[in-house]
Amino acid sequence: MSHLTPEMLAHVGRSRPPVTELATRREIRKYSVATRQRLAKYLDGLEAPPLFYVALFWDVVSLDRMTPDGVTIDPLLPDLPFRRAMAGGIETQYFRPIRCDDRLVARRTLTDLYEKEGKSGPLCFYEVTLEVETDTGVLVLREKATRILR
Amino acid sequence: MPKVDRIRVGDVLPERAHTPTILDLFFYNAALWNGHRIHFDERYATEQEGYPGLVVQGPLQGDWLGQCVMEWLGDDGVLLELEYGNRAAGYLGGTFYSGGRITAIDEGSGEVSLELHVRNEAGDVLCPGSARVRLG
Repeated sequence: MSHLTPEMLAHVGRSRPPVTELATRREIRKYSVATRQRLAKYLDGLEAPPLFYVALFWDVVSLDRMTPDGVTIDPLLPDLPFRRAMAGGIETQYFRPIRCDDRLVARRTLTDLYEKEGKSGPLCFYEVTLEVETDTGVLVLREKATRILR
Repeated sequence: MPKVDRIRVGDVLPERAHTPTILDLFFYNAALWNGHRIHFDERYATEQEGYPGLVVQGPLQGDWLGQCVMEWLGDDGVLLELEYGNRAAGYLGGTFYSGGRITAIDEGSGEVSLELHVRNEAGDVLCPGSARVRLG
């Protein structure tokens, strides 16, 4: 029996309001150091590594809104009977690199929600599409992320 | 940097060893604003979540794949697509290896497909991935 009700599944297709962030040289440099990049253009903060956008658009939420394990449940999701976040995976198409001082607009949409039986019980999978454009409307990247809750 | 007429299907990308320390895990979490305790609170990770140690972040392993591609590609190449999945966890104290190989070459367009991996010391692939690039 599925734990996902029709009301929960009705959240598929919902989007969050666009978020605008500035890709500062400092943020690019911090990410590049944290991930031990070796190319000078990344360490100098002139261009961002391919997965820098993950950090730039990670939700900045108050500590009070985090669960006891220190994560934030994606606001795109309904109240699910799955609480613990596990990793997933991503597929990203790139149209141009992110550069220092780019002002970027991100739009996130819940595109799928389903359940599978894992080795230790049911797992909830959800897919979110992220589109990032410059503030002048130039498409920068499109990501489909699949995440798992247990 | 690679040229499309000088590479072959099966050629391997240089492998890189990663031995993350607790500082790596801390600063990666900090760069993201990620509070997930399995990456910095060993007692929580082992006693509450049942992991054998602190967990190396899945997206960090994905980044290692991105670095593997971009260092091989050079300044004239273009990354078109990058994909990865976190198949199994890696733990603090381990050494991990990122690498890949060429799986397809389109000489007309200059596009090259790559198969990527992060593996542990036992050879288990923790994070398989793929990429599509265009050579300069």
